[in-house]
Amino acid sequence: MWLYEKRLQYPVKITQTNPKLAQVIITQFGGPDGELAASMRYLAQRYTMPYNEVTGILTDIGTEELAHLEIICAIVHQLTRNLTPEELKASGFDKYYVDHTLALWPQAASGTPWTAAYLQSKGDPITDLHEDMAAEQKARTTYDNILRLTNDPEICDPIRFLRQREIVHYQRFGESLRIVQEHLDSKNFYAINPEFDVRQER
Amino acid sequence: MSDCPNRKDLFNHINEVSFAVDDIKLYLDTHPYDEEAVECFEEYSHLRNEALKEYAKHFGPLTMDSAVYSDAEKWTWISNPWPWQEGGC
Repeated sequence: MWLYEKRLQYPVKITQTNPKLAQVIITQFGGPDGELAASMRYLAQRYTMPYNEVTGILTDIGTEELAHLEIICAIVHQLTRNLTPEELKASGFDKYYVDHTLALWPQAASGTPWTAAYLQSKGDPITDLHEDMAAEQKARTTYDNILRLTNDPEICDPIRFLRQREIVHYQRFGESLRIVQEHLDSKNFYAINPEFDVRQER
Repeated sequence: MSDCPNRKDLFNHINEVSFAVDDIKLYLDTHPYDEEAVECFEEYSHLRNEALKEYAKHFGPLTMDSAVYSDAEKWTWISNPWPWQEGGC
């Protein structure tokens, strides 16, 4: 169950369009390290997670990622609204426009469509949490890369907020990994997979 | 109306206290016995709920649960701008 809240987690107010940059930033909507993949990854992983703290983290971070997806979409929308055919041609955004007009569609900066192949839900808490920590760092790098391409404070400000959240999420997933390991055999974390094996002797 | 709050200020306040709630919530998931953090959560969660009610009353609801506090006679959920629109939040 989810409830919509009619505000962005961090405000976006962009007064100057910039379709060239929109084509780059859209990668955090539907690209390999984007917010859609992040949300789907965590929300998919949680069903078989045996520890309440970690199920909570996957649920709450997976939910926050939906709010981040909305911030990215708001940025892309505001960077591309009211474009003229001349502006579309000059910026190279015409290749996106021909298929989607000015609507939002989840794709990478390269134009590659979003795919579930960007994420894994492996059913092993050590494996999944390593995937999640790596995902947060990959998203952080992507935001750092975006920040090198613009100095516009109206764009940088929400992008910096999103970058900062990746670091907080990485921290929480690290704590989640520690919690998982505390439940496991300290001499061999890999003795069982607590999402599958039932330990016969305790 | 003399008791009408400033829309922008109230909205910024909602963003701020809501962010505190978002951040403390994640911390509490992995530190569920941190009493100081639980108190902090309660404080900001209360501020947020009160501000959402106040906002809904004067300017229309931001959440479905606060829609009931709106003073308007009509359904205002759809009349205010959406967050990505001009004049939106």
